[in-house]
Formats: sequence, structure tokens, C-alpha cells
Amino acid sequence: MEKHVVIIFPHPDDESFGTAGSIIKFRQQNIPVTFLCGTLGEMGRNMGKQIFANRETLPMIRKQELAAVGKLLDMDIHLLGYQDKTLEFEDRQEVAEHIKEILNKIKPSLVITHYPGYAVHPDHDAIGAAAIEAVRLMDPEERPTVWAQAISTNYQEELGKPDVIHDVRDIFDQKMEAILTHRSQAEGMLKEINGHLQLAKEDKENLKRRLGLEQFYIWEYHD
Amino acid sequence: MERIEVQKVQKWLDMLKDQSVYLHLETTNGAYASHFDNKGINVGAYIRNAKVRYTQAKIIGDGTSFRVGLKMELGWIYAEGLTHWTIHENDQLLLAGHDQEGRLAVALQISERPFAHQGNTL
Repeated sequence: MEKHVVIIFPHPDDESFGTAGSIIKFRQQNIPVTFLCGTLGEMGRNMGKQIFANRETLPMIRKQELAAVGKLLDMDIHLLGYQDKTLEFEDRQEVAEHIKEILNKIKPSLVITHYPGYAVHPDHDAIGAAAIEAVRLMDPEERPTVWAQAISTNYQEELGKPDVIHDVRDIFDQKMEAILTHRSQAEGMLKEINGHLQLAKEDKENLKRRLGLEQFYIWEYHD
Repeated sequence: MERIEVQKVQKWLDMLKDQSVYLHLETTNGAYASHFDNKGINVGAYIRNAKVRYTQAKIIGDGTSFRVGLKMELGWIYAEGLTHWTIHENDQLLLAGHDQEGRLAVALQISERPFAHQGNTL
């Protein structure tokens, strides 16, 4: 059983789309989960279905949404304080050192991050690379296991079958609740049905197909 | 944000001219454009807290979407596709263009004081 799981992604909502089901299952086993969130996603273009956010209010709104998800999933949130869209331009070693310091304090048994090169968004690739480097910099005896999540359309062809597959379809409603708590980002998925914004049945089935399996590759270090 | 009202926005543009102002200008088709919609490439650019001075400003449009041009001593600042506006914290002019799903596609913002930089907002 894991001792402590640290999730490292760049934006508030990456944790819910990518790993909410896994987080819920870890917490069911009483395993502590900490989310290191790289930025506030303050350059996102989703402003809510009825446009309730703007470029200047978005950082605070997303910060509050993230705090609410932290409460919902019962996990700790730690903000790394980088600027959205700029992570790949930061010095990778510096970011890795920054993450390593935090990992040395938390001493997780498992780190989950993005698979660099297969994570679509440049911030995802950059934080995945920095997180993997952070663990490499640790004493090999103390290193946590690293699970890398790929999301590009071609990843299975190139990387083969993922090593870890979490089927979270049994708790998919809870996963969707976490995703939708990021209201500014997720509200666009809803439709007005009987005067209320709701997730349409066919959309939910579609999302379940896309997000119902949370899959990871175990990172191998050869140093 | 509210739908753009030309006269009100023009008044703000005029109030902010002939002085040093901070500018935020961006456009984007989203970080996932090529991933989800196969639109080829993601396109985007932004500049935040550029210090500029303009001497002339106009907002022009057809009632749905608008263009803004700011004339500087040595060049121009231009944005098109603007649909919404608001005044943030009493003194920062925010203009933005949203697509049919409400996603921001373009923004032009002008302020006498710098726009919040992360760190200030945390």
C-alpha cells in the first residue's frame, strides 16, 4: 500500500480530469494525497458558460475552485507559484530542485505526473520533465515510484500498453463532481436541460469512455 | 463582462491616452486546438504589462464585434474580435472577444498601474 501520493500537474483541473478517480481510491484506503499545482491556469480561455470570469479575476476564481476540489477529494494542495504557459521557459533544473525540496519533506512513496513529450500541452510536458528530474536528483534509495500519464492521441501506439490501469467507471459520478467543481473550466461541457445546466446523458457516456480509465506508465530510471 | 458599448469604451480609451499605460494584449485558439479539433496548429501570443503611450484611440465595429486601434509615436496596437468589456477594480479597462462557447479568443487591456503579476495575487 502506498504511504503518501504526490500528484504534480501544472493547472488546477489537470488533477480532476487525469486522476480524480485514483485520488478517490487512494483516499478510500486512507492514503494521504498532496497535489503540487504548478500554476493557477490564469491564462486559460474558458471563462464559464455564461462568462463569469475575465483575465484578471480568473486566477482567484481558479484558486478557489482548486481549494474546493481539495476539500471535496480530501487532499492537500500546494501551489508551486509559476505562471501559466511559461513553465517550459523556466530553467528546468531550478524547477526540478524546487520540486525535489518539497518531495524531500513529504517523502511520498508514489509521484504521479505527466509523461513528457506525450502530454499535449507544453506546461504538461515541462512539469512532467521537471518532476521526473526532481525524483532522479533524489537519493536512489529514497526515490518514490513515478507514474507518468500520457494524453496525446497516439501515445499507446508509441509507448505500448500502460503499466497501471485504474478503472474508475464505478466512481465516475464522483470524478465528474470533482471536474465540475472547476466551474470556470468545466461548465462549458454542460447543457441547459429543463432550465438547469446539466451534463447530458450522451455527453456523460462519452466522457466516461474518454476519462473512465486512468492509465500510467511506470518511469524507469537508468542512471 | 458586458457586451461592448462603444461610447463608454471610447471614453475610457480617451481617458487613458497621452500617458504611460500598462497593456495586456493576447490572442489564442487554445492549447488543445490541434489535439481536439485537428485544426493544424495552436496559435497564440500574449504580452503582459508592456509599458506604452498612445496618442489616439478608436473603437469601431458592427454592433457585435469590434476593433480597437491605438496610435503610438512609432507604431500601432491593434485588436479585433472584441465583444465584451468591463472595468476591473475601478480603473483597469478590460476588453475581450469570446467565441460562441464563451471562450476567450482575444483580449486587450489598458491600465495606469501594472496588471497583477502572479505573486501579487497569491
